[in-house]
Amino acid sequence: MKMIRSMLALSLLTGFSTAAMAENIAVTGGTAYTKGGYGKVENATVLIADGKIQSVTAAGAVPDGYKVIDAAGKIVTVGLMVSETTLGLTEVGFSAGIDDGSVKGDTSIPLDATDGINPDSVLIPVTRIEGVTRAYTGLEGTKDMWLGQGAVIHLGNGPDLVVKRHAALGLELDEGAASSNGGSRVALWYAVRSKLDGAKTGGKDDKDDKEKKDAKPDPEKDVLARVLKGEQPLLVEADRASDIRKVIELKKAYGVKVILYGAAEAWRVADELAAAQIPVIVNPVQNLPGSFDTLGATQENAARLHKAGVKIALVGLGTDNARLMPQYAGNAVANGLPWEAAMDAMTVNPAEMFGVADSYGTLEAGKDADVVVWSGDPLELSSAPEHVLIKGEEIPLVSRQTKLAERYHPVSRAPEYKR
Amino acid sequence: MTRWKASAHRRLAGGIAVAAVAVTLAACSPEGERQPFVGIDKDPFPSTYTPLESQTTLIINANIYDGKGGEIEGGAILMEGGKIKAVGQSIAAPDGAKVIDAAGRWVTPGIIDVHSHLGVYPSPSVSSHSDGNEVGEPVTADAWVEHSNWPQDPGFWRAAAGGITALQLLPGSANLVGGRSVTLKNVPGRTGQDMKFPGAPYGMKMACGENPKRVYGSGDNNVLHRPSTRMGNVAGYRQAWADAQNYSREWKKYEADYKAGKNVLPPKRDLKLETLAGVLDGEILVHMHCYRADEMATMIDVMKEFNYQIASFQHAVEAYKIADKLAENKICGAMWADWWGFKMEAFDGIRENIPFMHEAGACAIVHSDDDLGIQRLNQEAAKALSDGQRAGVKITKAEAWQWLSLNPAKSLGIAEKTGSLEVGKDADVVLWSANPYSVYAKADVTFVDGAVTYDRHDPAKRPVSDFELGQPGEGDMK
Repeated sequence: MKMIRSMLALSLLTGFSTAAMAENIAVTGGTAYTKGGYGKVENATVLIADGKIQSVTAAGAVPDGYKVIDAAGKIVTVGLMVSETTLGLTEVGFSAGIDDGSVKGDTSIPLDATDGINPDSVLIPVTRIEGVTRAYTGLEGTKDMWLGQGAVIHLGNGPDLVVKRHAALGLELDEGAASSNGGSRVALWYAVRSKLDGAKTGGKDDKDDKEKKDAKPDPEKDVLARVLKGEQPLLVEADRASDIRKVIELKKAYGVKVILYGAAEAWRVADELAAAQIPVIVNPVQNLPGSFDTLGATQENAARLHKAGVKIALVGLGTDNARLMPQYAGNAVANGLPWEAAMDAMTVNPAEMFGVADSYGTLEAGKDADVVVWSGDPLELSSAPEHVLIKGEEIPLVSRQTKLAERYHPVSRAPEYKR
Repeated sequence: MTRWKASAHRRLAGGIAVAAVAVTLAACSPEGERQPFVGIDKDPFPSTYTPLESQTTLIINANIYDGKGGEIEGGAILMEGGKIKAVGQSIAAPDGAKVIDAAGRWVTPGIIDVHSHLGVYPSPSVSSHSDGNEVGEPVTADAWVEHSNWPQDPGFWRAAAGGITALQLLPGSANLVGGRSVTLKNVPGRTGQDMKFPGAPYGMKMACGENPKRVYGSGDNNVLHRPSTRMGNVAGYRQAWADAQNYSREWKKYEADYKAGKNVLPPKRDLKLETLAGVLDGEILVHMHCYRADEMATMIDVMKEFNYQIASFQHAVEAYKIADKLAENKICGAMWADWWGFKMEAFDGIRENIPFMHEAGACAIVHSDDDLGIQRLNQEAAKALSDGQRAGVKITKAEAWQWLSLNPAKSLGIAEKTGSLEVGKDADVVLWSANPYSVYAKADVTFVDGAVTYDRHDPAKRPVSDFELGQPGEGDMK
C-alpha cells in the first residue's frame, strides 16, 4: 500500500507538463545549424509559430507578438534524436517491477511498442533537458530474435508522445540471438528466412476475394507484408563482419529496407554497406572484443563508415543515459568523424532512416520546432542546453534529478520539507 | 557457515577453557623440544613488477595540472630513472635527455581508477572468463582477486590509451565481503604479479544493499537464504567482524604466550578471518560498494563499533545527501559522473554528486567500474566539473584533477608514491593532445615509471594482448 502511494506521488511529481498552447517564439542572435551540422546561419532569427519552424534568417526581424529567447553567443540546433532506446518502456530496469521493454511471452513480431509507452516516465525529463528531443523506442528482448515494432517518439509534453508507430521491425542477428534460437547461426538464419518466405508466399494479396474474406486475421503476416513491401524497415542487430554480409544478402534477396544496429565490425564491410544503401546505428565508444562478434571493434567505426559513404546515426549509454549521446558523438569526432557528420548523425540522418523527416530533423520551414539553445558546442563536455523547445513548446529544464540536487544543496536536517 | 564457526571460536576464547587447553598442549609436548614459532607470511604472492625500460625525458612548453590543485602554463617536467626529477616553469635538458615539445598540449598525473574489474571480468566476456564474484557464501574474505586476474585482457591497454597508469581490481559486489582487492601498475607483463604495484597495501571489498540480499536471499547461492534483507546484511557484517576480533585475539595471545616462553601451538589459520583481522589491524583498506545515504551512515556506525576505517564508499550515488558525514569520517566517495536509475538504489543519482562532495570538503574520486568508462575518466571529471560549476560550486580544472589521481592514490594508500607531479614520486604521467577536460582530447603518450606504456602515434608502442593476435583488428587504432 505504502509502495503504491509513493509511486503515485512520483507520477504526480513528474507531471509538470502543463501542456501550454504553443506560443509564437523567436530565438534570436545565436549561431544556428539548420540542417544537421550544416546550414550555418550566424546571428540567426528562428521564428516559431503553431509549434512549427516558420523561418531561419540572418539578423531577421522579430514580428510583434513573439516571445524572444536571446541566444546571442550560443549555438542553436535541432533537438537531437537517439536511435535506439526503450524510453517510455523502462523505468527502473532491475528488481523494480516490470520492464515493458522486455517481453516474456511467445509473440514477438506483431508487438507494438506504443502499447507500453508511459509519457510520465521520469527518464523523459532527465533525457530531454540534455537536448534530446526524439528517440526510437522499442523492445530490447523477446523470446526469439524478433523484437516487435518500435516507434519514434518525441520527448515533449504528453500525453501522446508517438510520432510514428511501426517505425521498424526489430530483428537480432548476432551471437546472442543465435544462442537463444537454436544455439547456432545456422538455425537462426534458417528460421528468419522461413518466416520471411512464409509471409511472401502466403500473403493475402495472393489470394482471391473469397479466400481473403474467409481468412483469419494474421497480424504477424501483416507486419511482414509491410516489411517485404519496403514500407517498414527491418532494424537489424549484427556485429560480426560475416553476419553483416549476410544482412546485405538478406536485403538483396527480399528487397527489404534495412537499418543496421550494433555493427561493431561494420567498418570492415563499409563499402558493401554503402553500395547496398544500408544506414548504420553506431555506438561510437565501443572498442573492445566483448564477444567473438566484436573482435574488430574500434572507436574509428563511425568515421570509417562515414568516409565510405554510409549514413550513420548514434546512440547514448543504454536508455537511462541515452542523454550521453552528444558526448559519444564528441568521441567519434575525436576519432576522425567530421563534426558536421556527427551532428547529422543525431538529427537529420535518423529522421530519414526512421521515416520521420517530413516533420523532424532540420530547422526548415514547416518542420516541428524541436530547437535547442546550447551554451557552447553541443558535443563538448562543458556545454549544456539553456533552452529546449519540443514541437514549439519551451520545456522547463527540470527533472527529478534537478529537484534532488536543489533539495540537498545545502544539506539540511529534514530535506523532506524542501521542494 | 559463519555462525557455526563463530560459536566454535567463542568456545575457544573462553578464558579458563583456553588456559586449560594450553596447559594440556604443553604437557603433551616432548620435554625440552619447543615448537617453532609460527608466523604468517603476509605477502605470499609478491609483486614481480619491474619498470619497463625508460629514458630520461623532458617535456617542455606543456600546460600542467599537477594533481594537487596547481597549474603551470607553458611549464616543464623532467622524468629520470623512473621518477619525477623536476617540475617547473623551465627546466634545463640534461645531456642525452629526450625532449618533447608539448606546445598547446597538457600534462597531468596518470589517472588512477579505484574500481575496475579488468582482468577478472575481461574481454571477451564469455562465461569461461567470469571470475569476479565468488558466490556461494556471503563472506568470502579468503578470495583474493589477483588470483582471477587474466593479464591478457585487452581492456588494460585500451585503458592505457585513456591515460590510466594504475588501477585497483575489485571482486564483484555479490558478497557482503567479496575478498581482497589488488592494486596494479597498468603495465603489460606475463603474469598478474608482473603488474602488481610494489608496496601497495591490500584492500578488501564489501557491499551494501541490493546485491548481497538478492544473490543470497533467493537461496540459489546459499542454503541459509541469508541475507535476504538489508538488516540481514548488517547482521552479516557485524558477525564477521566479531569473529575477526576473536581470531585476532587468539593469534595475539599465541604470540604473547610464545614470547613469554611458553610452549604453545598456533591457532588454526582461517583465511577469511585473517583478511578481516588485517582490516582491524589497519593493514588492509576497506572499499565498500554502497549506493544509499542511509546505508552508508549505518556502515559508519559499524565501522566505529568495530574500530576500523572505511577507505572509500564505491559508487556512493547518494553521497551528496551525507557529504558532511563522509568528510567528517574521512571516507572517500568513488563515484560516476552521471550513471543512475538502473536499479532502485541508483534512482536518486544526480549529476552534481562529485562536485557536491568536493564542496563539502570530502575526498571525491571519479571511478569507472566499467571497461569502456575507464578509457575516459577525464571526460567524466569534465562533466562533473561543469555540472558543479553550473550549480554554483567554485572549483577549478586544476583542483578537479585531484578526483582522478591524488584522491584515488590516497584511498589506495599509494599517495606517497604516485598521484601527483611531485619530485621523487613515480613518473606516472600523461601527455594529452589538448586540454583533457575537452571531449576532443586524447592521451598522446602515457608514462608509467617514466617508461612509455602507450603512444598514440607509434604503433610499436600500442600493446596488443595475446588474445588479439591473429584475430580481426589486431594492432588497429582502437
